[in-house]
Amino acid sequence: MSRLQVVSGKGGTGKTTVAAALALALAEEGKRTLLVEVEGRQGIAQLFETEALPYEERKIAVAPGGGEVYALAIDPELALLDYLQMFYKLGSAGRALRKLGAIDFATTIAPGVRDVLLTGKACEAVRRKDRNGRFVYDYVVMDAPPTGRITRFLNVNDEVAGLAKIGPIHNQAQAVMRVLKSPETAVHLVTLLEEMPVQETADGIAELRAARLPVGRVIVNMVRPQVLDADALELVATVPRSSVARALSSAGLGGARRGGHAERLVEPLLAQAAEYAERYALETEQRAVLADLDVPLHELPLLAEGMDLAGLYALARQLREQDVS
Amino acid sequence: MSRRPEPAGTQDPARHHLSPTRTLDIDPLIEDPDTRIVVCCGSGGVGKTTTAAALGLRAAERGRKVVVLTIDPARRLAQSMGIDSLDNTPRRVKGIDDSAGGELHAMMLDMKRTFDEIVEAHADAERAAAILGNPFYQSLSAGFAGTQEYMAMEKLGQLRSRDEWDLIVVDTPPSRSALDFLDAPKRLGSFLDGKLIRVLLAPAKVGGRAGMKFLNVGMSMMTGALGKVLGGQLLRDVQTFVAAMDSMFGGFRTRADATYKLLQAPGTAFLVVAAPERDALREAAYFVERLAAEDMPLAGLVLNRVHGSGADRLSAERALAAAENLEDPRIVDQEDGKAGLRNSPDTYDSSESPAASDVPDGGSPATTDVDSPDGNTAPDADSDAGAERPVERLTAGLLRLHAERMRLLSREQRTRDRFLALHPEVAVTEVAALPGDVHDLTGLRDIGDRLAADRPELPVTP
Repeated sequence: MSRLQVVSGKGGTGKTTVAAALALALAEEGKRTLLVEVEGRQGIAQLFETEALPYEERKIAVAPGGGEVYALAIDPELALLDYLQMFYKLGSAGRALRKLGAIDFATTIAPGVRDVLLTGKACEAVRRKDRNGRFVYDYVVMDAPPTGRITRFLNVNDEVAGLAKIGPIHNQAQAVMRVLKSPETAVHLVTLLEEMPVQETADGIAELRAARLPVGRVIVNMVRPQVLDADALELVATVPRSSVARALSSAGLGGARRGGHAERLVEPLLAQAAEYAERYALETEQRAVLADLDVPLHELPLLAEGMDLAGLYALARQLREQDVS
Repeated sequence: MSRRPEPAGTQDPARHHLSPTRTLDIDPLIEDPDTRIVVCCGSGGVGKTTTAAALGLRAAERGRKVVVLTIDPARRLAQSMGIDSLDNTPRRVKGIDDSAGGELHAMMLDMKRTFDEIVEAHADAERAAAILGNPFYQSLSAGFAGTQEYMAMEKLGQLRSRDEWDLIVVDTPPSRSALDFLDAPKRLGSFLDGKLIRVLLAPAKVGGRAGMKFLNVGMSMMTGALGKVLGGQLLRDVQTFVAAMDSMFGGFRTRADATYKLLQAPGTAFLVVAAPERDALREAAYFVERLAAEDMPLAGLVLNRVHGSGADRLSAERALAAAENLEDPRIVDQEDGKAGLRNSPDTYDSSESPAASDVPDGGSPATTDVDSPDGNTAPDADSDAGAERPVERLTAGLLRLHAERMRLLSREQRTRDRFLALHPEVAVTEVAALPGDVHDLTGLRDIGDRLAADRPELPVTP
């Protein structure tokens, strides 16, 4: 099991939710995980129903069995100052750089620096050991940028190592790439059973593979329950309206005669079924595309009542049952 | 969020919605000759690009000369508009109804090319070559975080200044904060105004400009520190780059400011795009607040993928109880069915609140467990009855499907009502969900119709 679990996915697929559920799942049985947020959106705090996370590792949840989930929202600017202090002991020069706007420049405009800091911080957490030489975190789960940017994001250190051919940045970049390209890392992609996210997932996997980054699993999120099976769908097209009306009526929904309450339900209900059939066919198609990707597939259900803390634990349980963690 | 009190006996399903104080009228907006720019923004995955394309098509078919600037369209959508090649030039879209005299052009943003073009336009050939060949520039222009936002705004400025189009519809990049494109011109400006750039330029300007002298004291320390962090060779690349760009910076700055002002101008309208989901609407709310803070003109909210039902007077609970009735007649006292028949005229449309819905006593909706994550459906559990009574089994399935739809509906309404309670000033238009993706002009036209419909269209489906 890789110790750095990177979770990406197209916008709107629920990658933050899946990352959080994965962190919870991995924390079961007394393990300690760190959930890292890199996009400054405070999605983790909202999910765990806590106040905004500072740039500080703090415990946000306890998993069944006594495991712990820590969370960290990485602020690139603070991470850079941290880093300068730690590695260069810049002291007053560091402060002067900040005054000059260099820090702002580095974290917002300079190519790649921001991404280097984010991946660097996550890798640092992966490698960190306590006094007894044990890893501080059993797993680090990163809520990463979306699929369209993930390869570039993870590969940024390669690029930086190419730009800075020698020197401390070069060395740091190389060290990060060693973690990211090793089996220590797994990059998971979250998708929905819809055409665009599935297409992006396929493209994302191809890009990751081309960059020799380790592809983990594909997690299909918000899978809707199957309500009508193939037989029922076939019947939808041919069933006499009147017999559906009679069935509705016998179930207590009003009169089956023309204009009766049950009768008036028939058309809208069948229309919904036709829509369902169309969606079902599209989903079947997309499942086939995903199956061709040659990556382990997992499915998480759509939660009928929307996402909340209880739902998050339910998803974590599902991930455990599917041996994702 | 509590519902509004409703008069008893209300039967209009539309009343179940918290009506927005303002409805967003798309047609007057896109037809108004004074509207020159429409910016679609919102978080990723809410249908921003499709909305931008649909608006562009609709405006064109109503007689305007339109260009749609997309950032990263889905392949098939791009193909449907004939812009599957990424060449940074607006292409005329064929197959639109041009009887009103309009035209539709579309283009896909090529970041690097846009950046290169700026360099080429603002530097002499030799200097341009030096910049384009600089490794630091190559990485910067090829799309690190932020560049896309700058270039999208730059391209918008270019298109606008050419003044060839009546209307420019812009799709914004799927930014991590969704707001980067607003900050981009400002940030660039503040960087260009900053002292850092002077420090970086220092070695190239020994002797210094007037007014730069005060920096010289700390200069060597500064470049020393930068060199330490960046490594000597990278620092030299950065310095060469900055020196080469120096002559263009004035131009950059002016353009960034002009673009920012353009976004605030009366001819610009922002549309925030969202789906009726918590996260998307939270981002939308943030956007609304941010646009107000920046004095950017917000036209309204486009709420995509809203679900409806032609049978929305039948509550989820009632539908589930009826489905149970059909699936397992053994546990149901037959009177229940008859009771339903007797009461039929008003059993299910008298109330919209789940708690108050008067399910006949035998139905016991509380026992229905459709919440289970695996969504186990009773037809399988009771295949005996199903096999013998296919219509009953199908009907039960239809009712379960309906229950699921009604749940979704009420969840969407809750999310939406919450947004509207916090932002009653925002005009809203709702677009009904489609079962599949859109990838042709007919689909875009259909979305356009839905965008312009003046009230939420509850899909009675084709």
